[in-house]
Amino acid sequence: MNSILEIIKVGIADMNIVKTPGLIRTSGLGSCVGVVLYDLGSEIAGMAHIMLPDSSLAKNTSFNSAKYADTAIRNLMSLLEKKGAKTSRLNAKIAGGAQMFQYSSGSDLMRIGPRNVEAVKKELNSLKIALLGEDVGGHSGRTIEFNPQTGDLMVRTVNKGQIVI
Amino acid sequence: MNFLEKNISSMQLDILKEIGNIGAGHAATALSTLLNKKIDMSVPDVRIVSFNEMIDMAGGPENVVAGVFLRIEGDAPGSMFFVLPLTQAEIFIRELPGNIPFCADELTYDELALSALQELGNILSGSYLSSLSDFTKLSLFPSVPMISIDMVGAIIGTGLMEISQMSDYAIVIDTALNDELQNTDAVNGHFFLLPDPESFQIIFKALGIHDYE
Repeated sequence: MNSILEIIKVGIADMNIVKTPGLIRTSGLGSCVGVVLYDLGSEIAGMAHIMLPDSSLAKNTSFNSAKYADTAIRNLMSLLEKKGAKTSRLNAKIAGGAQMFQYSSGSDLMRIGPRNVEAVKKELNSLKIALLGEDVGGHSGRTIEFNPQTGDLMVRTVNKGQIVI
Repeated sequence: MNFLEKNISSMQLDILKEIGNIGAGHAATALSTLLNKKIDMSVPDVRIVSFNEMIDMAGGPENVVAGVFLRIEGDAPGSMFFVLPLTQAEIFIRELPGNIPFCADELTYDELALSALQELGNILSGSYLSSLSDFTKLSLFPSVPMISIDMVGAIIGTGLMEISQMSDYAIVIDTALNDELQNTDAVNGHFFLLPDPESFQIIFKALGIHDYE
C-alpha cells in the first residue's frame, strides 16, 4: 500500500486505461461525454472523452477514433480486452452531455450534449455492456475521476460540488 | 483539413496576426470607450494547436471563466470565443454604465449581470468582426452570442463542435486584453478566433494572397 497514487489524465477526444492502484480522470466535460468501462474482477478500467455522437459525421476519412461515441467505445473495449479485462464482465458509467449554452439558435449542434448521451447509450446497448451509473444533461461542466478498485465515479461540478455514482 | 497538413507560409501567418490585431484593436477601443478607461492589448499569437493545447492556452480545463461564444456566419464561417477570468468579469460588470446591482458569489444565477456580460461580449465581438469585414470586404456576421460561466474545458469543448467534425487541430488567433488599472501582470481577457478550416483560403484570397503552391 505504499505505492504512489497515480492519476492518469484523459484529454479531450482522448482515451486511456488504468489499473489499481491508479485513478483515471478527465476534466472539463461540457457537451462531451466521459465514458468509463470497467471490470471490477481484474480491477482495470478505461475512460474515453468523446466529443461527437457518430463517426459518420467525420468529414475526412482519417479521424481520431476517440472523438466519436461509436468508435471510441469499441476501441476502448478491445484495448481493455488486450490488457486482461473480461469483456463479459464489463460495466459502464457515464457523465457529461450538458447543454453549456442556455440560448439555442436552433442549430442542431447546440443539442450535441443529449445527442452524445443517446449515442453512447445506444452503443453500450448494442455491445451488451450494462450501464450502472450516469450523471448526464443539465447545464454544468463536469470533471470526473474513476477508481478501478471500487468502481466509484466521482463527478465534480463548479456549482454543485461533488457526487459519487 | 488538407490545409492544416501543409505548412502555412510566414506571410500567411503574418496576415492572420494582422487580422487578430485589427479585430482585437477595434474591440479594445470599443471596450475602452464603453468603460471610459485605458485598455491594453497584446501582439496577437497565431498557433496551430490541438484542442487540448487550446484549452491549456485558456488556463487549463478546470479553470472557471466567463465565456462568450459565437459562430461567425457569412462568407468565411468560424467560431469566436471571448474568455474572461471571473474576477475580471465582475470588474467589467461593475464598471459598465447603469450601475447593475449583482452579487458576485452568485454571478451564475444573476440574470441581469449575465445579460450585461453577454451584451459586452456582443459589442466586443461585433466590433472585432465588423473591422474584419471592412478589412477583407467579406460579409461576416455574428450569431447571437451565448454565455456560460463554467470550466473553460467545458465551454471551449462545446464551441469546438463545428470544427471538430473536420479536424483535430485549430488555427487559433489569440489576442489578450489587459486592463491597465489592475496592477497585475495577469491577462484579463482573451479573444480566440477560429476560422473553419475551409475559410482560410477564402480569407487569403480576399486579401489578394493566392495559393502558394
